Amino acid sequence: MTDSIGSTRRDFLKTSAVAAGVALSANVVASRMAYAAGSDELKIGLVGAGGRGSGATAQALNTSNAVSLVAVADAFEDKAKSAVDRFKKDRPGQIAATAATTFSGFDAYKKVLDQKLDMVILATPPGFRPMHFEAAVQAGKNIFMEKPVGSDAPGIRRLLAANEEAKKKNLKVGVGLQRHHQQKYIDTIKKIHDGEIGDIVLLRVYWNGTRPWVRKRTEGMTEMEFQMRNWYYFTWLCGDHICEQHIHNLDVANWVMKGPPVEAQGAGGRQLPFGSDQGEIFDHHMLEYTYASGAKMLSMCRHQPGCWNAVSEYAHGTKGTADISGGRITFNDGRPEWKYQAAPGEGGKKGRGGDPDPYQVEHDTLAAAIRNNTPYNEGDYGASSSMTAILGRMATYSGQVVKYSDALERGEELMPRDYKWDGATPVKPGADGLYACAMPGKTQVLAAKKA
Amino acid sequence: MTRLSSKRSNPLSKAWLGRAACAALAVAAAAAALPLAVSPAPARAETPAVPADMKPFTQSIVGLAATFDMVPIPGGTVTVGSPESEKKRNKAEGPQFDVEVEPFYMGKYEMTWDIYNEYLAQYPILGEGKGKTIPFEKQADAVSYPTPIYDIEAGPALQRMGGREGKLPAVIMSQFAAKQFTKWLSAKTGRFYRLPTEAEWEFAARAGTKTAYFFGDDAKKLDDYAWHYDNSALSDGEVGYHKVGGKKPNPFGLYDIYGNVAEIVVDQYDDAWYAKFAGKKVGWREALRWPDSQYPRLARGGGYESDVENCRSAARQKITVNDNKKDPQIPKSPYWWTEGFSIGFRVVSPVKEPSAEEKNKFWNVDNESTADVLKRDREIRQLVEEITGPKAPK
Repeated sequence: MTDSIGSTRRDFLKTSAVAAGVALSANVVASRMAYAAGSDELKIGLVGAGGRGSGATAQALNTSNAVSLVAVADAFEDKAKSAVDRFKKDRPGQIAATAATTFSGFDAYKKVLDQKLDMVILATPPGFRPMHFEAAVQAGKNIFMEKPVGSDAPGIRRLLAANEEAKKKNLKVGVGLQRHHQQKYIDTIKKIHDGEIGDIVLLRVYWNGTRPWVRKRTEGMTEMEFQMRNWYYFTWLCGDHICEQHIHNLDVANWVMKGPPVEAQGAGGRQLPFGSDQGEIFDHHMLEYTYASGAKMLSMCRHQPGCWNAVSEYAHGTKGTADISGGRITFNDGRPEWKYQAAPGEGGKKGRGGDPDPYQVEHDTLAAAIRNNTPYNEGDYGASSSMTAILGRMATYSGQVVKYSDALERGEELMPRDYKWDGATPVKPGADGLYACAMPGKTQVLAAKKA
Repeated sequence: MTRLSSKRSNPLSKAWLGRAACAALAVAAAAAALPLAVSPAPARAETPAVPADMKPFTQSIVGLAATFDMVPIPGGTVTVGSPESEKKRNKAEGPQFDVEVEPFYMGKYEMTWDIYNEYLAQYPILGEGKGKTIPFEKQADAVSYPTPIYDIEAGPALQRMGGREGKLPAVIMSQFAAKQFTKWLSAKTGRFYRLPTEAEWEFAARAGTKTAYFFGDDAKKLDDYAWHYDNSALSDGEVGYHKVGGKKPNPFGLYDIYGNVAEIVVDQYDDAWYAKFAGKKVGWREALRWPDSQYPRLARGGGYESDVENCRSAARQKITVNDNKKDPQIPKSPYWWTEGFSIGFRVVSPVKEPSAEEKNKFWNVDNESTADVLKRDREIRQLVEEITGPKAPK
């Protein structure tokens, strides 16, 4: 609980949010249905022990004290070990992982899936997700996976096929598109679905921010190790920032439209100075997507410091406009604006931040579904939103109008055939140490049609 | 809620762009730079006089159009904390004791985005292949550049408040990032900058007064001097930060010393600290509670999210791990406090330059948890000697 010293209104709200979170967990605990003979125990494994993987694990451990982490995998030994060490320090009572269940290397994920687990968290760079997801489904594990769920079309196809198996096996699948668990988004989009702004004619979504972290090449690194450490800057691993970040905004638009768009065209490129560390990705993409209804979406993502920053989503309809990220709807007929009200804080004071943390809620709901054995699968929209971002990238890389169906069926494969530290990488630096990036008008993104 | 859209869209006055006049009195210089036509608080009888050789100045930074103004704060003695009779006080504000403060210069305004962004921009610039990672053991002589802001959370919130630009106050940085910024700023300007100590901050805010606020005990008057929870609504009806300098200054010529954004100080938050000095008079170094753990930290003066009682001269805002709750990564970034939308900082520059060792103590990492995270590989550092900046005239 927050100390009240010099506390701000935000603190009151935080406190109430914590209380709400506790209440939710208590419900989860109270609803002991048919899980593990009335026990709250969940054994979880982690594949991909980076910052977000560790964050997701912490949230899964928050759902109940009876949740324990039993196995960890990372491509890198140092990362797997340090994650386990940190968890042992932070959550001594919930960490059952030992040196014998801490794995590293490209096949470490298989060793985690060999353990007795109730749920596995998949949080490696996105390119690996389809392979890991398929293996987790085959192993019969419930899954929480981070977004995006792939970096290329063949990967998304593989994931969709595996997700059909997951449904047959009644495995629970959660995806880290946490806005689906954020009350402001849920309420605002429900209003739109209820017809409050009429038919949607235009959507606008943005992720204009700053370049993410870089990890520099050090002495003695193989090319594969460098690309794996600095994965954000390689399309096969990350999908480009339109996939890795902007997917959140594209996903909101698909949620509003109840499905992905049918085609896209756009422009993008790499304009800022770059070195070897910046790999091959673009620093800006701007897309025009078209939905089946004819509605258009303007989408923009940019990593150029000093420019207009925005992370937001808007929907324009025949009767009004929704600022979805702001939780506001204005009406053309002069009706007063509708505004989402966050949960009131202490003493009924209103303000920002009174809602529970969506990153926590997504784990609470998934854990509840596992314990109660209720159907739960976010894999399909996870896949179609990821594919929407991949489609956008294909359009900006090629400079062509690309149809969603063509992109999904014939989008080229980016992933290597096999993974070795001294093995071939899908892209290689030139003589100057730099990586070529896509050239609109020349770059091909679709495989030839099958005869 | 009051709507303040008209105020928000006020263009900056030319005074922002020009150099502050070197008036003999800080207060006079402050009046010259006022973007709104309000007269400053009159210098009160109890306000310590500024010595004639201490003049306000404008600090420029090489290659950057934006400048910031500094005002002189004379040395003197301050009774820190509040008496038990003060309304709405917290017991952590006592027992009161006296601290002797040496003269220093203090930012006339809270540090603004136009300057702070330049420091943030070094991360990608050095990431473009020009930077080199500096081994941990050389950290004492290097500046750490913050990893990028957590856009999914901070982006929309800052955008709503008018963006992260110009003369809006820089926010959501951790104390560690603010300290490293002052190290970078010192290298860029050739002048020693750091965060204020808690006692220095209180001396500057009180300006010789012993009342709850520098203008007396009547919280109703706070509207003239501060953006707080009840008067800081933006055009959308929600509270937010405002351009610095929009309200009246205190007798030393400091704007927004209460409200707008709370100001991070050097000291660790420690509610048992004052008791050590009950009834004594100590020097500022002795009064300084050097931090040794990552939390709790301390900010003073309250912000736009604070109720009026938390904007009092003695009010202490405790910053805990919950102020970085929304960072979805583990370990959490040491550079940001994701909940700190109403937390920023103001810089000081003491008249007497300390030893190199003491400077580093003001700038560098001070606890094991943060040091542990810094050993990870997302770091972009630069040796101080490589941060080019002309040696500014003292």
